[in-house]
Amino acid sequence: MPFDPSQIPIVQIVFFVMTACAIGGAIGVVSSPNLFHSALYLVLSLFGVAGYYVLLSAGFLAVVQLMVYVGAIAILILFAIMFARRLMGQGENQNNQQWWLSLPIVMILFAVLVGVVNTVSWPVSGAEPTGDTVMELGHAFLGSYLIPFEVVSILLSVALIGGIFLAREKVEAEEA
Amino acid sequence: MQSLIDWVLSFQNPWLTEPIVRLLSHLVFAPIVAVAAPAALIILTWLERKIIGRIQNRLGPNRAGPFGLFQAFADMVKMFTKEDITPANADRIIYNMAPGLGVISSIMTFAVIPFVPGFLGADLNVGLLYIVAIGGLGTLAILMAGWSSNNKYSLLGAFRVVAMMLTYEIPMVMTLIVVTMAAGSMSMAAVVEAQSGMWNVVTLPLAFVIFFMAGVAEVGRSPFDLIEAESEIIAGFHTEYSGIKFGMFMIAEYVHMFALSFFAAVLFFGGWQVPFVDVSSWSGPIGSILGLISLLIKVFSFVFVMMWLRGTLPRFRIDHLQNFGWKFLVPVSLFLVIVVAVVIRMFAPGSDVSVAGPLSGLVPFGEWVALLVANVLVVVVSLFVVSRVARSSQDKGLRAVAAIEGVSAK
Repeated sequence: MPFDPSQIPIVQIVFFVMTACAIGGAIGVVSSPNLFHSALYLVLSLFGVAGYYVLLSAGFLAVVQLMVYVGAIAILILFAIMFARRLMGQGENQNNQQWWLSLPIVMILFAVLVGVVNTVSWPVSGAEPTGDTVMELGHAFLGSYLIPFEVVSILLSVALIGGIFLAREKVEAEEA
Repeated sequence: MQSLIDWVLSFQNPWLTEPIVRLLSHLVFAPIVAVAAPAALIILTWLERKIIGRIQNRLGPNRAGPFGLFQAFADMVKMFTKEDITPANADRIIYNMAPGLGVISSIMTFAVIPFVPGFLGADLNVGLLYIVAIGGLGTLAILMAGWSSNNKYSLLGAFRVVAMMLTYEIPMVMTLIVVTMAAGSMSMAAVVEAQSGMWNVVTLPLAFVIFFMAGVAEVGRSPFDLIEAESEIIAGFHTEYSGIKFGMFMIAEYVHMFALSFFAAVLFFGGWQVPFVDVSSWSGPIGSILGLISLLIKVFSFVFVMMWLRGTLPRFRIDHLQNFGWKFLVPVSLFLVIVVAVVIRMFAPGSDVSVAGPLSGLVPFGEWVALLVANVLVVVVSLFVVSRVARSSQDKGLRAVAAIEGVSAK
């Protein structure tokens, strides 16, 4: 029998690699003693999530995930860390005296999440994904979901103007 | 690509089933594309030194081989054999990861470039966004290098990179939106197909100029080479790097520049299209070869323009750069997106989901002429506004200077 590469469970292998990235990265974020390393672990974790989107044939979401979270947010976080910390801020402890207080809350949250995941029957469709998801998304945004889409745009504009206003006020105060 | 697979399948070999041939084609062509881009570095460095030499009234490299062609090999051997130094207080893991990430991100962009009709690595339906997303990884690599070197100059270089990339990414994405609207798709292959009638550079000249300026800034080449301004911050983010790791940053820079030339050619100059000849309808390899030659001529013209810029323009100051980006390029590109959207909607042909625009099919080439006129109008209006604003802000600046120096402004 000839070797058939389609028999290799590529999707499963990629899924486990991506899961390792996402979960390993997330653990790294909260356990690394170095803040800069934490931010880089966050990039790894977000990369894993982008991989999930690719596996789910949602190429647009995957690329947007990379562009927004890795390309903009993670880089801004790194930027802020570089500005705010000593050049090599090492050996810092991420825990403080209140860790015992947050432990039960986190455990309850975890239990609730596990409960939700186990009780909800996740609908799985056997249908193949449609060809051009970008076009479908565009029609959805400007069709049935027009109002939420516009509300989000207004929210973003407000945030943008607010950011400019805050930055501007400081400059004027310094000049005065 | 598909024709090649069909040709191999026509042998009817029992071992060569379709999935295997498909896998083999990926295994053969992916390394070719991935290696060809860094290999072009040899030609690019030689070209750069020759061209800049001529601009500065020198000969450029002329000792090793005919016309100094082997100079690049000599440089390569030198770089490979140099001592590889890691600063004592550097963050070793990140320090060593950064150059690799830089090279990977620059090579990954080549996955979506359509080289000839029907041949490209991955015809993503989000190809244009993919370029931007991968560009973010390159920024990350520079940031990692700047921080992990534990050197203040490296850190300053990294700060400048982030400030610049964030600024110039916005006009770049805006022009990509314009191209997407003109082509009706974000796939690179579809963008090339859509230009079979008229190249985007004719209908959208302003979008091309903004794209190229923002692109040169993203690549970090002169006149936007503040990230490695040697007279101010030694060498910027790669100050501490030596030997092959420095070489990898150089590879990343040249591959980025090469990729930008490819994007400019594909998005605005019709990619593999040859003027007045429909290459894609030719059967056999002749059409493909012609298309590739046409694409490479365009690409190397852009490479030449970038070297020309480097040889003739002085470096921007960082505040000028930020002002130009935020106060001119961003508003103009936003304005352009709105104008082009309206014009394209006016001429839109009706289909099952959209109503035909009021001007569709009225005059032949109407859409192209209207787009060109709209572009020129945006240029005129924006330059007019800028000149008005510049005049008033100049007064303000003069007043501020006078106030600092204690001279009454009259």
